[in-house]
Amino acid sequence: MVQPTRERLNDQPGDPGFEENLAKFEARVARGDKVEPGDWMPDAYRQQLIRLIHVHANSEICGALPEGTWIPHAPSLKRKMALVAKVQDEVGHGQLLYRAAETLGKSREEMIDELIEGKAKYSNVFHYPAETWADVCVIAWLIDAAAIVNQKMMAEGSYGPYARALKRICYEEAFHLTHGYDMCISMATGTKLQRDMLQDAVNRWWKPIMMFHGPSDKESKHTELLMRWRIKLKTNDAQRQEFLVKYLPKMFNLGLTVPAEWDLKFDEKTRTWTYNEPDWDEFVHVVRGNGPVSAQRLETRRLSHEHGRWVREALAAAASGRRVPMPN
Amino acid sequence: MTDTQWQVFEVFHQPVRGEPHVHVGSVHAPDAETAILMAKEQFARRQACVNIWVVRADAITATTYEDADIFEHGTDKSYREAFGYETTKRAKAVGDSAEL
Repeated sequence: MVQPTRERLNDQPGDPGFEENLAKFEARVARGDKVEPGDWMPDAYRQQLIRLIHVHANSEICGALPEGTWIPHAPSLKRKMALVAKVQDEVGHGQLLYRAAETLGKSREEMIDELIEGKAKYSNVFHYPAETWADVCVIAWLIDAAAIVNQKMMAEGSYGPYARALKRICYEEAFHLTHGYDMCISMATGTKLQRDMLQDAVNRWWKPIMMFHGPSDKESKHTELLMRWRIKLKTNDAQRQEFLVKYLPKMFNLGLTVPAEWDLKFDEKTRTWTYNEPDWDEFVHVVRGNGPVSAQRLETRRLSHEHGRWVREALAAAASGRRVPMPN
Repeated sequence: MTDTQWQVFEVFHQPVRGEPHVHVGSVHAPDAETAILMAKEQFARRQACVNIWVVRADAITATTYEDADIFEHGTDKSYREAFGYETTKRAKAVGDSAEL
């Protein structure tokens, strides 16, 4: 039972009893208790979660687009089957997340429509093109790795339905990551052409990857509140650092390098990587729909939605006992 | 667009015969038959499953967390539990040392 059933009352600053309810809410969250759909929660908590889960769901859906494009061009049947499975997982994750967001009061239909109409954001990385098969390998390994750092953390968050969806998602992502690494090992230990392709893909994807976890803590406007309410448990910079510490050595081990302009250096004293800060204005510009393939992604998404319309109509007709219409 | 909302069905799966059905999540579907299909794709792609139930979410009546105190025991209920009795000791005293 996850439908919001009760009136949302007095959940904004200034409302009667708000401060008292907020204190109880924050104490509960600080204890590590999960918040469930029917519970009192500040409206800002609800809105922040809807925003985050909606973007997360959209990212799963849009992440399937560059990978889906490559299914007909996979280099072997084994890789093709794995890629089909991964794409199905991503779309399934999108649906799980839309359901989690719905428990907060926003309908799946609104979320689907807002994405197609270009009114909702999705991850920066899917605004860039997947030009070669090596791009598919880099997305599956490094971008999924970066996403897992984020999702494992969010799975420990305070909102029950989101945390439960993420536990399932993380379980499935483990296959994506393993398969992604497997593909990158094949490329890195293959012919010179394959090795060059992989390095070229890393060079083109490194900027979006460095931006993936979002603006630096110095610029991130939501972090403090999100951490107090245990929606997020680590800052953007901490997540980026966790990703770099774990995956840069694996990349170097495969003979890969990172573009020199990032000036990545390991500080032995703090056991962290230092780097040139990404251009966060560019990040914001891209996620607002101005990336290299933003328009193309939404067009593909819209077409896919249109192409599926007759299936939805047929299912609805069958459910209502009417004759099933055939596609035009 | 009004063709993607549908009803919500809660999904329960049974991993092996003999085990209880467990709630795993929910799906949108126009009817129960389609909900089964959606639930199979969403929740049984990998993990073991021998049986699925789908239930319309609006058919479920639930308590609220606000009223969780209705489950608290107002008085000592140890008389309902095996550990509430010192019968092993008493049985021994009457000459019965075997397991209860």
